[in-house]
Parts: sequence; structure tokens; C-alpha cells
Amino acid sequence: MLEIKDLRATVSDKEILKGITLSVNAGEVHAVMGPNGSGKSTLAQVLAGHPAYTVTGGSVTFDGENLLEMDPEVRAQKGVFLAFQYPVEIPGVSNAYFLRTAYNEIRKARGEEEVDPMDFLEVMEKKLELVDMSDAMLNRSVNTGFSGGEKKRNEILQMAVLEPKLAILDETDSGLDIDALRVVANGVNALRRPDRSTIVVTHYQRLLNYIVPDFVHVLAGGRIVKSGGKELALELEAKGYDWVTGATGAAA
Amino acid sequence: MSTSAYLEDVNAATQRKDEPRWLRELRARGAAHFARVGFPTTRDEDWKYTSAAPIAELDVRAIQEPGGEVIAAQLEPYTFGQSDWTTLVFVNGRYDSELSTGGAPAAGVRVLPLGEAREEMPEVVEGLLGSICTVEQSAFVALNAALHSDGAVIHLARDAYAAQPIHLLFVSDALSAKGASHPRILIVAEPNAKATVIESYVALGEATYLTNSVTEISLGDGATIAHYKIQRESPRAYHVATVDARQGRDSHFVSFSFATGAALSRTNIWTVLGGEGCGATLNGLYMADGEQHVDHQTRIEHQKESCYSREVYRGVLDGTAHGVFNGKVYVHPEAQKTDGKQENHTLLLSPRAVIDTKPQLEIFADDVKCTHGATVGRIDATSLFYMKSRGVGAGRARQLLTYAFAADVLEQIELEPLRTGLEELTLARFTGGDR
Repeated sequence: MLEIKDLRATVSDKEILKGITLSVNAGEVHAVMGPNGSGKSTLAQVLAGHPAYTVTGGSVTFDGENLLEMDPEVRAQKGVFLAFQYPVEIPGVSNAYFLRTAYNEIRKARGEEEVDPMDFLEVMEKKLELVDMSDAMLNRSVNTGFSGGEKKRNEILQMAVLEPKLAILDETDSGLDIDALRVVANGVNALRRPDRSTIVVTHYQRLLNYIVPDFVHVLAGGRIVKSGGKELALELEAKGYDWVTGATGAAA
Repeated sequence: MSTSAYLEDVNAATQRKDEPRWLRELRARGAAHFARVGFPTTRDEDWKYTSAAPIAELDVRAIQEPGGEVIAAQLEPYTFGQSDWTTLVFVNGRYDSELSTGGAPAAGVRVLPLGEAREEMPEVVEGLLGSICTVEQSAFVALNAALHSDGAVIHLARDAYAAQPIHLLFVSDALSAKGASHPRILIVAEPNAKATVIESYVALGEATYLTNSVTEISLGDGATIAHYKIQRESPRAYHVATVDARQGRDSHFVSFSFATGAALSRTNIWTVLGGEGCGATLNGLYMADGEQHVDHQTRIEHQKESCYSREVYRGVLDGTAHGVFNGKVYVHPEAQKTDGKQENHTLLLSPRAVIDTKPQLEIFADDVKCTHGATVGRIDATSLFYMKSRGVGAGRARQLLTYAFAADVLEQIELEPLRTGLEELTLARFTGGDR
């Protein structure tokens, strides 16, 4: 589904990704872990097409197509979703209106019929339950005045509504208490299907107790320094990042 | 500069013999002041960023006779779906009794066209018209004093409460071409009275004309007036409006100015907090594109202790539109404990759009809290990326973010049907109507 080859990227002329190679098949969950500044959030943002980053080398294909050539909205329409580490507040646009616009834009891009507000409300009802959110949240402006936990749940709600093929969770666990973490993880797990993949970017192993990965990759200094199964996350938790980054001397 | 057409009209108006003496004197005072100062130039501090030359050079004549071909159905888009509001309709500046609807909104509330008001409540009209907004205030006020021929008077007796809003709807159709109207409005709220007044200026067609209105508002002790001004004039029209309020103790004045029309518009909103414990809330939204010029000048004068003022103006400018905002807050030495806040935020959608924004705080008391802030910006890149990352195309995302920027200040409007109506108008402007 996703093929990343020797990906290099810079921000303000500083190289952050120094050659990442990773392939994600349909149905797989990959965890990308690493210390602060290792480049793991950059990887997530580059995949979503954040304009602040410049890709300087390598390639990324998604379902055989060149992902890097696509505008961010086209990536989303093709099925890529990034759950933001810091969801953006948009005062003046209601959550419901924003979600329905996104939902319909994606449907339109796929040649499907748009849904009217009443039918959309039905779609929403089920998804709200999934992330334990109330209807009232739909009428509030996007993320405006939301608590940290509400913002993260709202990201998962958007993901549940848009049903992406590839979901990238960028430190969705940061700042969450254990109850909120469980809600978020349940939401993600409910969406797992053989034709959908997930990349979980996280600093801590904690989230991986709830979203169990098939593969774990450790990023340090803009490179993947170690890959393994889910047990690698536990090993990291026990031994710390120095255990892998120290070995390469690439700690950032 | 050719002001001859105006001067001819002014001379004719001062020759009228059939009017009461006080009115003839008012016209004469207006005529004299206008003849003395003429139209302002950009050398005048208050007109630095707005040239009145296009108005001075306009060949427009005061509209003398009622006329127009407006039918009720054409007004529907402008009534916010509210048939039970007391609505006075003016076609090309003249009162039209057939299009007007609704009677007096409540006991103690009188709503009359200016001509009838002069007959039925001479004590109110004679005593106050021209006393709040005096001819010396500006050339345009003087011109209005000399030339005004129609308008409305709203009088609220002590403790009267107009539960339904009062709508003064000024419509200009094709027959307004080359005409000038000078609407005059007087709103008098005796102590503890309360009302909501909407003053709309709309156009059927794209004629070139001048509207030069003056609205005087007197708020007695404890009175509350919400005044909404909606400016949707023809794209070729010129619009100058002055709203001038005087506030008694513990009174509340709420003003909202919505401006999207006219080739050139200038709106002055002034209030004097003349008693202790009053509040003034002045908000507004201006949206302009093409070569439109839209200017708002607000003046809040804190004369007494313990008053507050709140002000938020937002603007969205596209094309080569030019916006001007000047927010003056004047705090007199005895106006201690003044609490004032002012904000002006403008979104520029095009690199050639221009905003001149000037907060102007003059504070002569030492125990006050006054803040102001102005921002000028473009669409936020982070918000744009967030929307795009959800599949929303760049164009649509920009539309939504632009709407959201503008709608932020519309939320301040307490009158629900008006708020919804203006939100829909604003959304349609930026998204082509889909909601």
C-alpha cells in the first residue's frame, strides 16, 4: 500500500529526514517510535503534504501512485489521513459543517453522490458513539476551546467519518489520561480492517498496549535505526532509547 | 471641485416658505455651514484616507418627489423573513405608505415617517432634531440638515418596550439614478425604554446615486437601544451615514454596522457616554471587492465615571478594495474607572487590497483600563493545511476560512433572525450560496 524509499526532507534548509525506507502493507499496523527530534513527526507531516517541509530525495508511492506529487487534499481524497499532534482551532466553522464538507469533498472526488445534512447526521450518530462524544460537540467551532483530550477525540472522530485507507496518528497519545487514551485506542481499533493500514507515531510504549502493532520501527537522527515486532516496543520501554540510538551514535 | 449642483439644491431648500420656523432655521444653519466649509479634502485629518472628491464631483440632485417602481415582492430578500416587524419603507428616499407594514409595535412606542411626526409630535421633533448631531459636525451633516426631506421618528415613552424590532428600509431603484437623498432619523428613548432598530439601505439595480443619512439617537437614563445598520447599496452608489448617540446614566447603546455595498461608503458612528454607568458596544463587519472603498469612523466619548465601551470591527477585502477604520476613544478627565476595549481585524484576500486602520485613544483620566488592537492578515496557512488534509480543496478551504473570519463578529448580533440572515449573506458571498 505505502512504499517509502530513501526519503529525505528538510525544513528551513535543515535536513530532518535522512533516508527513510519503510513499506506498509494493507491491514498492517506499524508503530514509529523515537526520541524527541528524531524526525518521527516530520515523517507523518511529510506524508500528509505539510507545506513547511521540502522533500529533497527519495520516493513515496501510495497504491502505486506518486504520493509526493499530490496536493494535501488529493492525498486525503485518495485515503491518507493524518491525526494531528496539535489539532488546529478554526473559530467560526462548526464541527458538523466542517466534517460534512470534508466527507462530501472526498465523495465527490471519488465520483460518489454527496449526502445531505439529514443523512449525514445519521452517519455521525454512530461515529460519535465510537469516540464517546456528545452531539453538542458538533455544533461547536472546530477544536475551538476544546480540551486536549477533546481535540484528540475529535481527530479520531474525523478519521472514523472519513474512513481512510491509511491512517497516520501523530503522537495522538500525548497529553491524554488513561481513560481518554482508551477511548482513542478503541476508536482506532474499531476501524481496523484487512484493507486499511495504520502508522502510529509515538514517543511512549503506553499507547501500544491498546493499539497492538505488527511492526515497530525506531527512528533516530532522521533514520530508522531498528525494526522489529511488537516486543521491540517493550524492550525500548525497559531499556530506553539510548539502547538503540547510542549504538548508532545518531541521537538527536 | 464642482459642488454647484449641491449649492443650487441648498439654495432652493432655504427658500421654502411653507415650513415651520425651526425647520427653516435648521436648513439655513446647514446651508451656511456647508457653504463655509465645502466638502472635506484629504488634508482634513478625518478624511485622510477617503477622498470625498468623487462625491463632490457627482452630478446628483436632491430627490424632491416620491417616485419609484418597487413592489412588495421585491423587498422580500431584505426583510429577514420577518413580516411582523414594524417596517417603514422608503423608496428613493421617500416614505411609501403602501409598502410599509405593521403598526405601532407596543404601547408607548410611536414610529412615524418624518412628515407625520412633525405634525403629531412637534415637541419631540422640534426639540431634538438637529440638537444631537449639530451641523458643525461635518459638511455632510450640514448638507443633510439643509436638504433632508424625509425619514423617520421613533419615540419610546418612559418604560416602553418594543418587543418587535423596528425596521427602516431604504430602497433605491433605477429611478434613483443621478438623485441624492438625505434621510433623517430621530430615535428618542425616554428613561428605561428599550427597542431594537434596523436601518437598511438596499438597491434594486445598479444606479448611481447618493445617500447621505443622519441618525440621531437620544438615550434617557436606563434606556437601551440596539441599532443595526445594513448597507447594501448599489455597486455604483455613494453612501455617507452618520449615527450620533447621546447616552444618559446607566443607558446601553449597541450598534452594529454591516457594509457590503456602494462604490464608496463612509459610516460615522459616534456616541457620547454622558452619564455614569453607561455602556456602548460598537461592532461591525465590512466586506468589499473590486474597486470598492469602505470607511468606518467611530468615536466613543467617555464623559462620566464607570462606563464601558466594547468595539470589534472586522473586514474582508479583495480585489483592489480599500478599507478604512478609525476608532477614536476619548476619555475626559472626570471619566475615571473607564473600561474600554477596541479591536479591528482585517483579512486581505488579494495583494492589491488595502486597509488603513487607526486606533486613536485620547485619555485624560488616570484611573482607566483601555486597550486596543489591530491586525491585518492573510488566510492562516496552518488552518488551510488542516482543512486540505481532510480532503477539502484549496478553493473551498479558503472560502470557509474567509467566512469563519467574518462570521466571528456576526456572532455578536443578539437579534437572531438578523444574525442568521447576515450569516447566510456572508456565506453566500464567499461560497456561492451553498450551506
